[in-house]
Parts: sequence; C-alpha cells; structure tokens
Amino acid sequence: MRPRVPSSHMDASRRGWQYQLHIDAPLLFALIGVSTLGLMVLYSAGGEDAGLIQRQLARLGLAFAGMFAIAQITPQVLQRLTPWVFVTGILLLLAVLVMGEVSGGAQRWLDLYFVRFQPSEMMKLAVPMMVAWYLADARLPPNRYQLLAGGVIIVVPALMIAKQPDLGTSLLIASSGFFVLFLAGLQWRLLAFLTAVAAAATPLLWHFMHDYQRIRVITFLNPERDPLGAGYHIIQSKIAIGSGGLFGKGWLNGTQSQLDFLPERSTDFIFAVLGEEFGFIGILLLFAFYIFIVVRGILIATQAQDTFTRLLAGSLALTFFVYIIVNTGMVTGLLPVVGLPLPMISYGGTSIVTLMAGFGILMSIQTHRKLLPT
Amino acid sequence: MLRQLTLKDHFLEYRLFSNRAIVMLMFCSLLLVLLFSRLIYLQVIAHEHFTTLSEDNRVKLRAIAPSRGLIYDRNGIILAENLPSYRLEITAEQLDDIPATLTALEEIIHIRDTDRSRFEKLLKRKPRFEAVPLRFHLSDEEVARFSVNRHRFPGVDIQAGLARHYPLGKLGVHALGYVGRIDEQALKSLDSSNYSGTTHVGKTGVEKSYENLLHGTVGLEHVETTAQGRVLRVLKRTPPVPGNNLFLTLDSRLQADVERALADHAGSAIALDPKTGDILAMASLPGYDPNPFVNGIEYADYTALREDEREPLFNRALRGQYPPGSTVKPFIGLAGLEQGITGHNSSTYCPGFYTLPGSSRKFRDWKRTGHGTVRLDDAIAQSCDVYFYDLALSMGIGRIHDYLQQFGFGKRTGIDIQGELPGLLPSPEWKRARRGEPWFPGETIITGIGQGFFLSTPLQLAVATATLANRGQGIKPNIIHIEQRAGDSTLQPHLRGQNRSIAINDPAHWDAVIDSMIHVVHGERGTARRIGLDSPYRIAGKTGTAQVFGLKEEEKYDAEAIAEKLRDHALFISFAPVDDPQIVVAVIVENGGSGAAVAAPIARAIMDSYLVDKAS
Repeated sequence: MRPRVPSSHMDASRRGWQYQLHIDAPLLFALIGVSTLGLMVLYSAGGEDAGLIQRQLARLGLAFAGMFAIAQITPQVLQRLTPWVFVTGILLLLAVLVMGEVSGGAQRWLDLYFVRFQPSEMMKLAVPMMVAWYLADARLPPNRYQLLAGGVIIVVPALMIAKQPDLGTSLLIASSGFFVLFLAGLQWRLLAFLTAVAAAATPLLWHFMHDYQRIRVITFLNPERDPLGAGYHIIQSKIAIGSGGLFGKGWLNGTQSQLDFLPERSTDFIFAVLGEEFGFIGILLLFAFYIFIVVRGILIATQAQDTFTRLLAGSLALTFFVYIIVNTGMVTGLLPVVGLPLPMISYGGTSIVTLMAGFGILMSIQTHRKLLPT
Repeated sequence: MLRQLTLKDHFLEYRLFSNRAIVMLMFCSLLLVLLFSRLIYLQVIAHEHFTTLSEDNRVKLRAIAPSRGLIYDRNGIILAENLPSYRLEITAEQLDDIPATLTALEEIIHIRDTDRSRFEKLLKRKPRFEAVPLRFHLSDEEVARFSVNRHRFPGVDIQAGLARHYPLGKLGVHALGYVGRIDEQALKSLDSSNYSGTTHVGKTGVEKSYENLLHGTVGLEHVETTAQGRVLRVLKRTPPVPGNNLFLTLDSRLQADVERALADHAGSAIALDPKTGDILAMASLPGYDPNPFVNGIEYADYTALREDEREPLFNRALRGQYPPGSTVKPFIGLAGLEQGITGHNSSTYCPGFYTLPGSSRKFRDWKRTGHGTVRLDDAIAQSCDVYFYDLALSMGIGRIHDYLQQFGFGKRTGIDIQGELPGLLPSPEWKRARRGEPWFPGETIITGIGQGFFLSTPLQLAVATATLANRGQGIKPNIIHIEQRAGDSTLQPHLRGQNRSIAINDPAHWDAVIDSMIHVVHGERGTARRIGLDSPYRIAGKTGTAQVFGLKEEEKYDAEAIAEKLRDHALFISFAPVDDPQIVVAVIVENGGSGAAVAAPIARAIMDSYLVDKAS
C-alpha cells in the first residue's frame, strides 16, 4: 500500500474555485462547446423537432450531473472501488449472455424493470480502470506475467461483449485496455509481435463475424456494389459531406439531410449533417473542440501524481479520440460501417452518460492533486 | 531510502509515460491528417461532383402536358375541344381502411371490376402519399353525388383534367379523326421527351396527320423531392406551349347536308373548292362516334364496329377504291380529242354492243337497243359505251394510261390526311409486273368505260373533276384552312399546294368536254337531266354506274337477280356553276344502282346546300 497523504496537504482553497468544486474549467467549456454545436446539428438533423432536443438536453443534463458527481470522488476512492466495479460488470455481462433482452438482433440489454441497462457501457470504464489498478503498484515497464494478466483482464470482457454480438464496443473496450498497457510501457518488440498475431488472426475474425458484419466490410470495400442496399448509407453520406463544400449549405438547409436522403442522420451519421450544412469550416470547429479535449486529457494524465490516475487518464483521453476517429472515418467512407455514435453529438444512447462519467474521472484526477513540495 | 527509490521509480515511470504519450499523440495526428485529407478530397476537390449528385438526388423533372390545339370548321364552329374531365383519386396515407372506403364509395359511384383491379395494382406500386386514380370520366351526376358525400371520404378527391371531345359526334369523323391513349406502338414513333406528360395522341384523320401542330410543346417543372419522392416545392417552371388551333376547310353545315343527302347509303361524297383545293365536305358513310375512342372504347363496342358488314370504320373517301365507271368518259374523250384520234364531228355507230375485230365476244352497251350514230358530245351526255370502246381501242392502253395519269388517276392526290390509297390506273407494264400476264385488247376496251382493273378513290374523282373545271389547272386537296398559333390571336392562312397544270393543244377541247358534261345535266337526252330540270345554276356532270362484278361475269349482268352486295355502284362527278366553278362534287354510293338515279340527286342536294342556301 502506498502511504496515505494527510488531507491537510490538499489546500484546495488556495488554488481557486475549480479545485473547490473539483471541476476542470477548460475541459468543461470544451464539452459545453461541443454539446452546443451538437444540439444545433441535431435540431436540424431531427427535422426541427423540439421534443427531440428536449430529450437530448435531459440526457446531457443527466450526463453532466453524473460527471460532476464523479468528479467529487477522490481518485483514491475510485481506485479502491475498481475491482468491485469490474467484477460487478463481469457478472452483469454474464447475466446478459444468459437472459439478456434481444434488441436489434443482438443481446446487449439487461432489463432492470425500471431502466434498460447495457453492462457493456459500464465496462468501457471498468476495463481501463481495472488494468490501471492492476499495474498501479507494479514497477513499470510491466514484466511478461503482468502483461499476461493485463491481457486476461482485457480479453475476457471483450470476448463476452463480442459474443452479444457487439463487435464495435468490444474493440473499443479492448483498445482502451490496450492503451493502459501501452502507456505503462508495453515493450515495442512485444507490440510488434502482437500486431503480427492480430494480422494473422484477421481471417479467423472474418470466420467469427455475423453475416451483417461481413456485408458491412464488403460494402466498405466497394460501396457501389449495392448502391440502394448496403452501400446506400455510405454513398449518401459522402454526397452530403462532399456537397457541403468549404462553407456548407447553411443551417437547416442541407438537402441530403432535410429531404431524407441521408439515413441515420440523427444518430450514427450526424457527422454528415454537420459536413453538409456547416461545411469544412464547421468540421474544423468541431475538431478544434475535440482535439482540445483530447490534448487536455493527455495533459491531465502527464500531470497526474500516481500510476493509477496517470494510466487511467491517458487511456480515457485516447479512447475518446478513438471514438471520434472511428465514427468520422466511417461516415467519410474511410472505415467500414460500425454502429458507433459521434461522441457528444449523436442523439440518444447511454454512451453519452458513460463518456461524461469518464470526463468526471479526468476532472477528479486533475482537481484532487496534492501540492507537491517545490 | 525507500522513499528515494520510489521517487526514482516515479521519475522513470513519468519519463516512460511521457514518451508513450508523445508517441500516441503523433499517432493520433497521423490519423487526423488522414481524415482531413479525406475531408479535403470530399469537400474541396470533389465538391462539384458531389454537388451534382446531391442536386440529382433532390431535383426531379416533371413534365407538364401541353393542352391540345382546338379544331374548328372554316366558319369557326368547334369540331374538337378539350372539356374538363373528372377523375376520382385516393391517397392511401390519408386513409385507414381502403377496402371499407371502396365499399362505401360503390354506393354512390359506379366502380367496375377493371377499375378496381387497376387501382389495386397501382396502389401497390406507388408510394403511399401519392394519389392513385380509381375512376376516370365521372359523370356530372357522379361528381355531384360525391361532392355531397365528400365529408365521409377523407383522402378521396376529385381531380379535374382535360379530355378531348367531339361535340358533333359522327359528323365528318373520317376527316377529323380522333385521339386515343398512347399505346406502346405509338410510343416508339413519338418524341419521348416532348410526349412525356402526354396521354393521348391523334390516331386517325386530321388529329393524326396534324399531330405535330396540335400537340404543342411539353412544359417542365423542376421539383424538389424527398428521398421517397414526395414533392415539396416547385423550383422552376417552364410552362408548356399549347398546340396550334386549326380551322379546317370543312364547312360543317355543308358536311351535315352531305351526310343527310347520303342518308342511309354506304358511300362517300366529297365537295371541294376547285380554285383552292379546299375540301368543303368529305363524307364516308356509315360513320361512327369518335368520342368513345378517346378513353378506350369498350371491347364489345369496338368488336361490333369492326365486324359490322357496312364497315363504319372504313374511310371510303380516301381508301375506298372503286371502278370509276362512266365518270372517266370525259377524260377519255379529252384524251381522244387532244391526240387527234377523234373529233367533234366524227361519229360512231352504236348498235348496243361492240365486238373486237376477228372476235365473236360481245361488249355490251348499257342500252341494249343502242344509241345509234353518236358523236363525242352525245356519247358523253348519253354515256354511250360503244363509242368509248372504239375510242379506247383506237387510242391504246398506253396513251390512255399516260393521259389519265395527268389528272391524278392511279396516284395519291397528296391530301394532307394520312392513309390515302392510290387507286389503280392499269397499264400493260403493271399487269405484267403484278400478274405476270400480258395485256389483252379486251382490257383496253373496258378501261375506256372505267371498268376492269381501273380503280379510283372518291377523292381522286373529285380532284380530276376539279382539274377539268379549272380547264387544266391541277389542285392539291387540302383540309387545313387557317392555323392559329398558341397565344397568338393572328390567324395564319395555311399554305395551299398546287399541282402542275395540264398542257393542252387546243383550248377548245376543254369547252367541248365541259359542254358535253353540261349536256349530261341540262341536255334533252342527258343521263342526269332529272337534276338539271329545276336547277337555278348550271351544272356540268357525269354519271357512272360501276359494275362490282369481275370481267367474266360481264355479259350476264342482271341487276334484279343479284344480291345487294354485288349490285352496281352509283357514281356522279360534277361542278357548278359552269361559268365560274365554285364547287366540285364527287359521289359514290356503294351498290346504289344507277348513277343517274341515285348519285346525281345527292350531288344536286350538296350543290344546292352550298350554292343556294349559302347565298340566302
């Protein structure tokens, strides 16, 4: 156990309101900026439906409240809670596999009578936390046995989620755990070896894919193969973004979006609405916020004072970036269609709550730091 | 000691972490560069391409059919008009229970099984927001009944369109023609873009022949649509240009009188103005009502028309090919005079029959007792056959053919209505080519009285007669008097074509032939003297009685013993007044019997209508 730090060392009042309220102001403002832009795009994408905006606002309100609440918890408490959260998550995943509700052809939901709950959401945080927890007291870089144990912590939930099947979330969770290992100092040689194994395993992956997933990959490789079927989404979204040009067609004026040519435009393909109505400039603005958030997260990680918080903060920031790149890559036709929302912008889903909980952890890490002796 | 070690570890770990974080940030930057290269490609480099695709998505073209030009007679009486026509449409998305609605609708509007099945077929094909027609051409009564009950039928609407209507019904139907729905065959020959909104096209008569003037130019609407095809708004509209209005040369009052004069006969009568070639009336009886054809005639009704023995659908005026009979005599006579084969005073003895030298075969005159000694004038006035047997034989088939050709026999007159047949002016070359047989002298003889292979349409007879009346000036018959461009109040006279005139050696020959035609009507022994008795104007005419029988039966002909279908055709050609010909009339009454008794009075009634009634 590491030595306890007396609370008198944390002289929050000397460092201003951010530390009193445990809020990271730059992160908060960037998140508000992204959410505001997102609400504008959603208002247009949803056909100017005020009810839709209200529901999204309620969801955002809940997510921000959750973020503030988690930010109040000290990283030490989070660290102590980590194994319990992880084990609960695993048990819930088991429950889903045994008796989960089938929705959209996949078992992802657990009906808790009052709310439908996706245990995989919980694991998005629990997995990197658990890996960081495991490595917290280790001498880094981790040795082979530690890496193997870390691998097991990652692979077990990832496989359970892949079985649901939810390949997108499974890969995201695996990558968030991988980021912890990488930041902890995963040896390059081992990394190269793992990459080679992964490449060799690709045909195996193909073998385990469901038909709809294979079609997505085929469609990605050649969207014109079936322009009215599987390729329709990607073709229409490219047209929407491309026709937006530098400055866009103007808010509420995107013909692809407003005239129903763009499918899933409130949810997974909302990036295309932004691209069509606000053009390249609008995308730049969104990415200014996004990049700021990622860089701020990495900065928080480098300023973190122990291994657990440092690794966790770094992983959370990088995972957020993966979210962004996977969704925008999909909508622009660079990646196959995977059902992942654009963070903070897409309508609906519990993912926004999880995401903000992650930012709550970042804020907690940043604002519970001790003043180090100079 | 322990603390120092921890600090040292901490520092190393921090450096390791920083290095790894920098590597990840570089990796992220690389991904961003990739993404932004893609965005620059989509939004800057290929922007125009995607803009085009986006516009193609959004903007659809919708054709607006032009309204068809109206057709009037020469006096401005409307012959073909566009009347509002109402159809019942159902928009599925506004209805809960379509079968129940149909059942309720059936109580107030007649819905045939064919309507219902077509509706159900369309309903499956069209998107739910689009109105699908259930019934076309609602009667006024049905429109009224539906309007009263409209509140019971949300989602059911009455739409007004235009439908072609022929207010005079049967009158002049063979000249006017009708329009019908565009079928697949017609579609091939039409300009598909100009007809993209059009449902009907001219099928026969003027409606067909002047389709290009009547149709107009299609209009276009650029409409913005959703992905499902729902039209949101009109972006740009190019209005259609309506078709030209046409004023026909027909005089519908005269046409009515012509058809009344023909009464219940099957036959044809043509009245034209010899100066211009204007067709004043063109009748082919029996006729039919064109209106049911516009929107698809019932199959049973169509079959009845097709199978009617009297062939109401057959346009006799242009397509009926009859032996001209004695009506060719003035033309043969003129040919004889011109070629010096006969003269005013050279005479032939008619014993009632004619035999070829060295043959026992007898060619009978219609008058068994014979006409005695006749000159050309008597031969035309009394229609002596023997005179023309002799003349024809002397002239030979070659010269007959060549001379009569100048009057338009054996070739199309070039009237501006499609479907005309050329008749047949026989020649040895024709016979050899078509039948592989040589020409016999006996065939020359009967050609002299317009029998044998000789066939002519009523229109050809009228045109040839007009050429006579004009003393050689040929005409091209035409049916269009005036054109009126859409949106233009000025009337544009339709250009008349002229055929070349016939060169003649001695103008006195015209007088000789025309005088003898006057004697047909006004002479003491003229075959048509009965119509000349009380005529307030002088008429030149020629009767004809054409045998329907083939050659070999010729000598045994007995009108009484023969079924009506094989009875002689009655013909009459004429023009009046003789000093200043204003009207040419040709009449053919199928199986009517004698030209003098049947056809000539009809011609007289037509001329009275035009020359007397018009003046009063």
